[in-house]
Amino acid sequence: MDDVFRAIADPTRRAILDELVQRGGQTLFEICGRLVMKHGIRSSRQAISQHLEVLEAAGLVVAKKEGRCKFHWFNGKPLKAILERWPTDGRRS
Amino acid sequence: MRINLSSVLVDDQEKALRFYTGTLGFRKKHDVPLGEHRWLTVVSPEDPDGTELVLEPDEHPAVKPFKSALVEDGIPFTSFAVTDVAAEHKRLEALGVRFTQPPVDYGTVITAVFDDTCGNLIQIAQEVPQS
Repeated sequence: MDDVFRAIADPTRRAILDELVQRGGQTLFEICGRLVMKHGIRSSRQAISQHLEVLEAAGLVVAKKEGRCKFHWFNGKPLKAILERWPTDGRRS
Repeated sequence: MRINLSSVLVDDQEKALRFYTGTLGFRKKHDVPLGEHRWLTVVSPEDPDGTELVLEPDEHPAVKPFKSALVEDGIPFTSFAVTDVAAEHKRLEALGVRFTQPPVDYGTVITAVFDDTCGNLIQIAQEVPQS
């Protein structure tokens, strides 16, 4: 679970997840465009690519090649483990 | 000095001519046989005396890895101006064009990105006037 916490500890990586929730199946180019235009995040494409690798390693982003392009999707499943460990109503059912 | 030409590097000039004229709607301007290849340019019917787009062969060995690296990351090779990205997206999709990015509204600009079938991604962009 450590990698999930580490992944969401960074504001740029949280913004990436926000944008992938808005629309699944984005290229690196689209993600970078959205971060610049909507969040004022001007990190280099390479830096964003590294953020995506961290998110992928944590299972929060799934990347798939379709044809010659690589697309990215949000995957919320790893977050479920957090709610199972600390239920929102404070009790384990 | 002025910019009269711009190039896209295409894997097949004939196929490119079909896509850039038949699908996108540009017009052929120059078509000069040059041995194996042609000096082949198209222009926008909205600006027939404007910048010509050269449909240039991509046969240099350095070009293909460069093009595939751009395509993998979804990066367009160049961008064309349109008055209505949503309408163009609809029109081109109906013609079978594959978009890697549907229209996204950034406030000052709306963009979309499609595959030109010749090994490139192309962006279309609409400027949104700010009041």
